[in-house]
Amino acid sequence: MLLTRKAEFSASHVCANPAWSDERNHAVYGPNANPNGHGHNYVLEVTIEGEPDPVTGMVFDLRELKEILNQEVVEPMDHRFLNREVAPFDRVVPTTENVAIEIWRRLAGRISRDGVTLRNVRLYETGDLYVDYGGTS
Amino acid sequence: MKLTRRYRFSASHRLDTAALSVDDNRKLYGKCNNPYGHGHDYVLDVTVAGTPDESGQIVGREALDTLVKERILARFDHHNLNTDIAELAGVVATTENLAVVIEQALASGWPLPGRLDRVRISETERNIFELEAK
Repeated sequence: MLLTRKAEFSASHVCANPAWSDERNHAVYGPNANPNGHGHNYVLEVTIEGEPDPVTGMVFDLRELKEILNQEVVEPMDHRFLNREVAPFDRVVPTTENVAIEIWRRLAGRISRDGVTLRNVRLYETGDLYVDYGGTS
Repeated sequence: MKLTRRYRFSASHRLDTAALSVDDNRKLYGKCNNPYGHGHDYVLDVTVAGTPDESGQIVGREALDTLVKERILARFDHHNLNTDIAELAGVVATTENLAVVIEQALASGWPLPGRLDRVRISETERNIFELEAK
């Protein structure tokens, strides 16, 4: 059975590779490369897979899941400038793809356990753009 | 890894097949068979699968937007699907058939990084059609 929990955070970022020229960064990232940053209301959907526990009837304790999402994603990233305040985005370009991969890395070890697997991280940068990451590229 | 980008276009259509009588078309398609057609605000989700390149992207947003604009939005938005889309000539303009046409138009000679994974089209918020790319 699949269970999906949602969380939101708002953050700013710049998508630019410091090794590249301004022209190349704007050619690759468009206005996302504007140097002082811009922001999004990110929406995160974390999907985990498991069977309901025969005693509790739950795949995963939702309070614990909420707490994990808060600790690993919302508290460190909400109302932050990702490039300057959240590792590894001081050296990894915070594209939606890379933010989703980083969220997966933060969550996988805390969620996956006996009979429970982190299945998918879906990260909406806007209502019109999202990325799905299942742990392999 | 997959990236999904959402686009919108508004178009009119009428569901009617030459294979059925006037009465049978009416029974089968109901209001969708009304003779002068009607329209929808279609929502198109395009999903690209791949591995991020050195820019950290599966596919560049502007490149994807340009492709979808050129191949789909410029042709379909504010048009009549029955009369203005060559691939739908003689084909019932259901959203199922529309999905096939859009998938083929995008997949043909796919010029971008990654590969087209699927298209998903909402005719209305209640009717959604999804087609996995071949």
